Parts: sequence; C-alpha cells; structure tokens
Amino acid sequence: MGARIAWIKAAVFVLALCPLARLAVGAFAGALGANPIEAITRSTGTWTLSFLLITLCVTPLRKLTGWNWLLRLRRMLGLYAFFYAVLHFITYVWLDQFFDLGAMVKDVVKRPFITAGFTSFLLLVPLAATSTSAMVKKLGAKKWLALHRLVYAVGVGGVIHYWWLVKRDITQPAVYAAVLVVLLGLRLLYYARESAATAVARRREPALRATNQR
Amino acid sequence: MLIKRRGDVPTSEITDQGVYLRRREFIQAAGLAAIGAAAGGLLTAPRTARAGEKIHAGAMKSPFSTAEEPTSYKDATTYNNYYEFGTDKESPATHAGKLKTRPWTLMVEGEVKKPRIWGVEDLLKKMSLQERIYRMRCVEGWSMVIPWVGFALGDLIREAEPTGKAKFVEFVTAYQPDNMPGLRIPALDWPYVEGLRLDEAMHPLTILAVGMYGEVLPNQNGAPIRLVVPWKYGFKSGKSIARIRFVERMPQSAWMKASPQEYGFYSNVNPEVDHPRWSQANERRIGEFLKRKTLMFNGYADQVASLYTGMDLKKNF
Repeated sequence: MGARIAWIKAAVFVLALCPLARLAVGAFAGALGANPIEAITRSTGTWTLSFLLITLCVTPLRKLTGWNWLLRLRRMLGLYAFFYAVLHFITYVWLDQFFDLGAMVKDVVKRPFITAGFTSFLLLVPLAATSTSAMVKKLGAKKWLALHRLVYAVGVGGVIHYWWLVKRDITQPAVYAAVLVVLLGLRLLYYARESAATAVARRREPALRATNQR
Repeated sequence: MLIKRRGDVPTSEITDQGVYLRRREFIQAAGLAAIGAAAGGLLTAPRTARAGEKIHAGAMKSPFSTAEEPTSYKDATTYNNYYEFGTDKESPATHAGKLKTRPWTLMVEGEVKKPRIWGVEDLLKKMSLQERIYRMRCVEGWSMVIPWVGFALGDLIREAEPTGKAKFVEFVTAYQPDNMPGLRIPALDWPYVEGLRLDEAMHPLTILAVGMYGEVLPNQNGAPIRLVVPWKYGFKSGKSIARIRFVERMPQSAWMKASPQEYGFYSNVNPEVDHPRWSQANERRIGEFLKRKTLMFNGYADQVASLYTGMDLKKNF
C-alpha cells in the first residue's frame, strides 16, 4: 500500500498542476483570448473553488467506500485549493489592480462579492499554515479539527463570491453551490447519525449501571 | 449645437487607416477566390451581403471619429456580449453563424407619421454610409475602439417624422429561437429591448451600424443592423435590431427589468457613479495591460453633456 499511495500522491500532484500549466502555455502562446487577465482571474478562481470542493469530497467518499487511504490525499488537495487561491489573489492585486492599494481597499469595503472572496481567502491562511503534521501535534487533534472546520465557511464564502460576481446567468455558480450543499448536507447527516448513536449509548448506560449495582 | 472633437492622440501615433484596412484585404481576396472557385453555377444567385464582405463608407472622415488605435479585428469579433448566443464572451463568435440575417426587415412604427417596414437593402441604398471610429465602454469594465460603418439614426427618424407624442424610442432586437441557443436560458426577458430618449436618438453621434472595419457586420457584432451609442455603456447599443418604436413613455429595457437597482434607463458612462457591485472609475482597454481612467460620457462629454443639464446623474444612472 505504501508504494501505491506514493504513486497516487505523485499522480494527483502532477494532475493538480495541469490548470496552471494550461494557463502558462496559453499566456505564452497568446491563446487566452481578448482579455487574458480576465481569463486568468476566472480560471484561478474556479480552480480554487474546485479544489475546495474536491477536498470536501474526501470524508464523504471515504465513508461511502471505506477507502481510508483517501485521507492521505486531503492535505495536498487542501493546499492546492490554497495555492490556486494565492494565484487568484496575486492576479487581482498585480495584473488586475496593479497594486492600486486605494482601489483595492475600496473594493473590499464597498463590494460585497470582493468582501466575501477576500474574507474566504483570509480564512484559508491559518488552515494552510497549520497543515503540517508538526502543527497538528502542537495544537492537539481536537483544537486542530475545530480550527479546520473553518473550511466549511471558506466553501460557503467562495461560492457566494462567485454567485455575486456573475452578472446574470448564474448557471455556473449554481453548480458549485449545489455540490457544496450536498457535501455539507452529508456532513450534517453524519453528525445527526453520530449524535443519535451516542444518545442510544447513553440511554443504555444507566441501565447497565443499574444491572451492575444489583 | 456646437460640436467639438477632442484631440486625443498626437497625429504621429495614429495608425494609418489604410494600413488596417489593407491588412484585411488579402484575407478577403483569398476568401473571394475560394468562393469563386466553389460557386460555379451558383453565380446567378442574388448577391446578398455577408459578414466579411467589403462595405463602402463615404471617403469623408467623420469629425466624430477618434484618432485612437482601433482594437484588433480578432479581439473585436471574438470577445462579445450577445447573450442570445450564450453568456460567455466566446459563445457569440461560435454560435452566431446560425443567425438568419437575410431577408431582414426593420419596422419603424409607433408615434410617427410615416411608419414603414424597411428592407435592409433599401435602407443601405437610401442612407449615406460613413465610418465612425468610436470608443466602446462595456459596463463590465473593459473597452475597445471600433471603426463602425453606419448612418445617423437621426436620418432615419426624420424619414419617419415622429409625432408630438413621441418622447422615447424603443429598440426591439431579433428573436430567433431556432437559431439562438441562449434564449433557452432565462437570463433576460427576451427579446432584448433597449431604449433612448428621442433627443438622444436624434443626436448626431448615435448611429445605426451595418459594418465595421470596412466590412459587413459579423453576426456576433449585431448583423445586419445595430445601434451604436458611444457615450453609453455597451449594452445600450442593441444588436440585430428588428423594430424601432416611437413611444410616449419611457421604455423598460431588458436590463432594467432584470436588475433595476443595477441598470438604469440612461446608463451613461460615468466614472463617478459605480455599478453597485464594481467600480466604474477605470477600464481595461482590450489589448492593453494597465487600466486607464474612464472618461465622463466615455470621452464624449463635449458633445452630449448638454443633453443632461440639471439632471442628477447619480439618480438617473
């Protein structure tokens, strides 16, 4: 299994770089259309969302299939979401706004879709920063897990960012929203089941105690 | 009315008009040769104007034309908003080939003494065509410079003789469900409708275009006949116009119906009045890297500001 997972990891690592490679080749060949900056912004943005959703797929997929090795891909997938988010952010700051700080501050404060996007990006930073095994140990599993639940907020914020940006045809953001709803819905379902199971266990406990006392 | 023209760019920087026109000539020659070779017996068929065919504008340069360098033909014909063919910028160029542009009639109706159904060919015969190189500013924050070929809408309006009741002009655009895949998505209330105040429609800057870059209008750019109002955001310049109706009350445009808090009737280019979701202070000229400042009325303030004297442009956005 160890060798196989190493291969799978390597394959995912290379595959996840393909969108960037496509952009780089397109930019170099002048094949990104009439508005290349917009094309880069769009592409890095949608790939951020895609990697976020792919990362959120790991847990439900693992539960459905029993493939526990999927868990070993999660960190890399999450970091790729962050990687494309950074590219998206750099595209905005450098190519789109050209470091016009005043205009950017105005954007973040005045424009809800940028507020949503910027907030989501900021929330991703601590997740990326605490992604190493050393940080998991340092924080302790419980705290680390609690912190990384932020990814749900990031997903919601990211989809809202896309939805509010679109002028009229909301088909594409709606697809991302639908997938996110399913993925978060599954988690609610798991949570409900688990708490039901604990409740049953608790109900049994006093009965057990009673038997023991007798 | 005193009409002034801005001196935008030193003459030394102007690309000679002939240069970009000739650039297309050899492509056209090749195309015609291919058609000639393929046509054979079809040569007797009636000749209809097709996208890419040369169109003759008068030789006189318009004082309204900007001296700025036109956007590349490729960019202007592959980066379009024409939602009837899809909401992506690339979709119109891919799908608009299906638009049926002949026969084409333009109905002029409503509050006019002489309503008429114009065949597009009759219009071309009647009106004198002129080249107008205009800036085009999209509400999304990008802009182009396009050498249109067309005629003053005012000329057509004078033919129709509006009655005293005519205060506004409504433009209804083509609705071809079989040819327009975008109509299946209820992004807007189809058919696409736009409107102008009568004095805006009569303004000499306002034209109906039938060509660009010296050629017949490509379908994705609004063939066979489209409105061009250069001091307003691009969406006001309706494509593939089928009906022009003179009315007493302000028409409801497709975008006003879709999102009244974001799109008003006037939609004049105004760097000081932001779209609720993005700034309008700057724009990216297609083909350029750095953004440039957006100009009041898209740089046509000298010609059109007087139309809006005393109006609160923040309210009448």
